[in-house]
Amino acid sequence: MKNKLFEKYFVFSPYFWLILFFFIPLAIIFKISISVSEWGMPPYQDIFLFDNGLKINTTFENYVYIFSDYYYIGSFVNSLILALISTFFCLLIGFPLAFYIATSNIRLRNILLVLVVIPFWSSFLLRVYAWKIILQNNGILNVILLNLGITSEPLQLLYNQYAVIMGIVYTYLPLMILPLYGYLNKFDLNLIEASKDLGLNRFKTFFKVILPLSVPGIVAGSLLVFIPVVGEFIIPEMLGGSDRLYYGKILWEEFFVNRNWPGASALAFSGIIILVLPIVIFQILYSRWSQKNEI
Amino acid sequence: MKSSLIKSIVIFLGLFFLYFPILVLIFYSFNENKRVMVWKGFSLRWYNELFNNEQIIEAFIISIKIAALSATFATILGVMIGYSLVRIRKIPFKSFYIFLSSTPLVLPELILGLSMLLFFISLNNLIGFPSSRGQLTIFISHVTFCIAFVAIIIQARLTDFNKNIEEAAMDLGYNYTKVLYKITLPIILPSIIAGWLLAFTISLDDLVVASFTTGPGANTLPIVVFSKVRLGLSPEVNALSAILMFALIIIGLFYFYFNKKFKH
Repeated sequence: MKNKLFEKYFVFSPYFWLILFFFIPLAIIFKISISVSEWGMPPYQDIFLFDNGLKINTTFENYVYIFSDYYYIGSFVNSLILALISTFFCLLIGFPLAFYIATSNIRLRNILLVLVVIPFWSSFLLRVYAWKIILQNNGILNVILLNLGITSEPLQLLYNQYAVIMGIVYTYLPLMILPLYGYLNKFDLNLIEASKDLGLNRFKTFFKVILPLSVPGIVAGSLLVFIPVVGEFIIPEMLGGSDRLYYGKILWEEFFVNRNWPGASALAFSGIIILVLPIVIFQILYSRWSQKNEI
Repeated sequence: MKSSLIKSIVIFLGLFFLYFPILVLIFYSFNENKRVMVWKGFSLRWYNELFNNEQIIEAFIISIKIAALSATFATILGVMIGYSLVRIRKIPFKSFYIFLSSTPLVLPELILGLSMLLFFISLNNLIGFPSSRGQLTIFISHVTFCIAFVAIIIQARLTDFNKNIEEAAMDLGYNYTKVLYKITLPIILPSIIAGWLLAFTISLDDLVVASFTTGPGANTLPIVVFSKVRLGLSPEVNALSAILMFALIIIGLFYFYFNKKFKH
């Protein structure tokens, strides 16, 4: 009997906290996203009205509003493209690194792994700030380019979409390397030798053996980079210019500048539905599937 | 031979890419000049100014306080989730439980921050609490999104270790609670410490969620730093970066030390 009580305590304390402080806030976002907006404080009407009985006062206008305006759709598409490009570059840099770390001898491997992840522990904001220093007009990169004679006057490297991609690839790289390493580490290196013995050349070995075996790692790493980048606010704000608007920025402005709470909520909730929900469902299905297959 | 050369080059370039910006930041923190980019000579001037900057010092203390408290709460709740998911068979609406404990990991911070802010405002309208936002609301938000990180670490550790030890202790007459406190928790203690360190760092580093849920008297360090560097450069922030990077990297090394132990 006592065991049951104790189990309940363990299950329900975090359950209670997460329902109260995570699930209900998400529900409130949904609620406000279907409320009618108005001038005032708070800037929306209640969804239940009590004159002459209960009346439900909801609208999908906020969704129609954001999905019919290119300003919002375009920003979201910009963010998706940004996330796609950044994920690609993270993979391009991260894969060889993860592969070579995984194939090092065990002592070196642990040292390298710690070295790769340690920058991730230092402050995110300050690592982005570091790129602001590097990419300045009189910054270190321009100095190098000038001295090498590649360019005759300083290039405008900062405040554009390329600087944003640079900053993202830099800060998110460890998130790509870790899961990749996790999977590459598991597989039997003899397979590479075997495929060489069977006459496959380097490229064929890579495409027919190494790449297919690391697909789960690639998927995991790509998701870890892709999703947060779509909602990224700080990096475009610090390194980006006015050439591109992104989802994070318009969500921020819709709320804090335009004070359109229902609009901002509709934006946020659309983000959850389009971006997060498919992944969560995938994860739950995947964990069930792998549990079943283990037993 | 050729392939090992390629390997060394790739690893060298990769590490160079990861560390170069950090080194640049530390280098410029010793610049005497007020204009960050023009080198005038080696000096500790900005470190001195940093320690006399009350705004930054105050923000630092607030941040440490919030981070330590929220890491502690998140660790307690995260350990409970990790334990429940691995060891307790009957969890009502288990999919929902998994959903709640893993979604904060993938939810963009911006959406999380917005939802927390709207929640606190609605709660205030409903019951008059919290009357204003500040350290308490940041604390609650940080606990909420740090729980998931702790839970994963604990879950991985518990899945890893042999259940037989617990069952043997049970056979020897230990009851459930005693097994937990005498066997399970001591064995996973390194992972619990690792989880706490991770939660502490995440809270200390968070800008977005804190910006949404902050209020009067609750400017955390990232909020102050961001306001200083959003539009330009600041020599004081350079000095701060060097110190903070160093401190956080040491915390990271501790994390590896504790989390490594279970990798046999």
